[in-house]
Amino acid sequence: MYIVVVGGGRVGYYLAEALLDEGHEVLIVEKESRICATINEEMGSVCIHGDGCETATLAEVGTGRADMFVAVTGDDEDNLVACQVAKHKFSVPRIIARIRNPKNKTLFKKLGVDVTVSSTDIILESIEQEVPTHPLTHLLTIRDRGLEIVDIKIPPGSITVGKSIQELVLPPESVLSLIIRKASSPIVPTTNTVLQAEDQVIAVTTPESEEALRMVLRGN
Amino acid sequence: MKVVIMGCGRVGARLAVLLEADGHTVTVLDNDAYSFRRLPPDFGGTALLGNGLDEEVLKRADMEEADAFLVVTQGDNRNIMAAQIAKHIFNVPRVICRIYDPLRQELYQTLGLEAISPTTVFAQLLKEKLEG
Repeated sequence: MYIVVVGGGRVGYYLAEALLDEGHEVLIVEKESRICATINEEMGSVCIHGDGCETATLAEVGTGRADMFVAVTGDDEDNLVACQVAKHKFSVPRIIARIRNPKNKTLFKKLGVDVTVSSTDIILESIEQEVPTHPLTHLLTIRDRGLEIVDIKIPPGSITVGKSIQELVLPPESVLSLIIRKASSPIVPTTNTVLQAEDQVIAVTTPESEEALRMVLRGN
Repeated sequence: MKVVIMGCGRVGARLAVLLEADGHTVTVLDNDAYSFRRLPPDFGGTALLGNGLDEEVLKRADMEEADAFLVVTQGDNRNIMAAQIAKHIFNVPRVICRIYDPLRQELYQTLGLEAISPTTVFAQLLKEKLEG
């Protein structure tokens, strides 16, 4: 695949290195000539000095034949414009943007950048998983269906301890798919399964129902 | 009209004064408080400190009620992004932004943004002056 990467900072650098290792043809577009020179010295001639938001620069690097376009500069606005130019001027089939502010995800999607990667979100999710008292952890997002898989812990003393699944009124589009219990193998819950303290419930839900599901399961 | 201006540089400040003199309700947004020195002491509109690419800040600027949003910061990409947030998230009826780069201005014009390139306008103006 031919992949154009805009932004030769830390993310762009290691991304390009990984993609080159996998045998792809990669070209980095970097605004700062100093950074550009370092990359070319260390990785061979893979970096072009220029503004990745400019049509002329993107034409020069052959964006028209690119299979994928990835914008990973540190500024959301630059990534957005680079992606829009790649999409509308060069019709690149697959476009990915890095975003710093997780709230920009909706905007980017509305404007035709389907895939966004937010380092803030990823770090947040990892930290959530490490905090033992955190009531709900996001495990996975199924983008095109608007669903997510979450992990909810049942606290000791919760009013739901001792209740069976059928007694719970689950919010729309929420399914309990697995219960992980200490000193037992994972259980696929049925309507008769009774919740115990410290149960770890893996469930499918939507961002809208997430809060309601947490309340139903933890009883607060 | 309720008008929100993003960027309190020379153009933004001047625009704010002109619009206020015409009786419009004006809010000027800038992420550097020092920029507000360009507004006259008797400016009757609102000067709001904050990043115009942040939806929370735009809500504070009352974007939900705005009739027009004018974007004149120094960065083309900032202007483009802010204009698209105003148009697609806040549904502001009239959004106009400045894009220095003529190629980018052309592209976003075809994508439905009302964009003006001072570069093109000024070059044309000088040419006409010269040739009469």
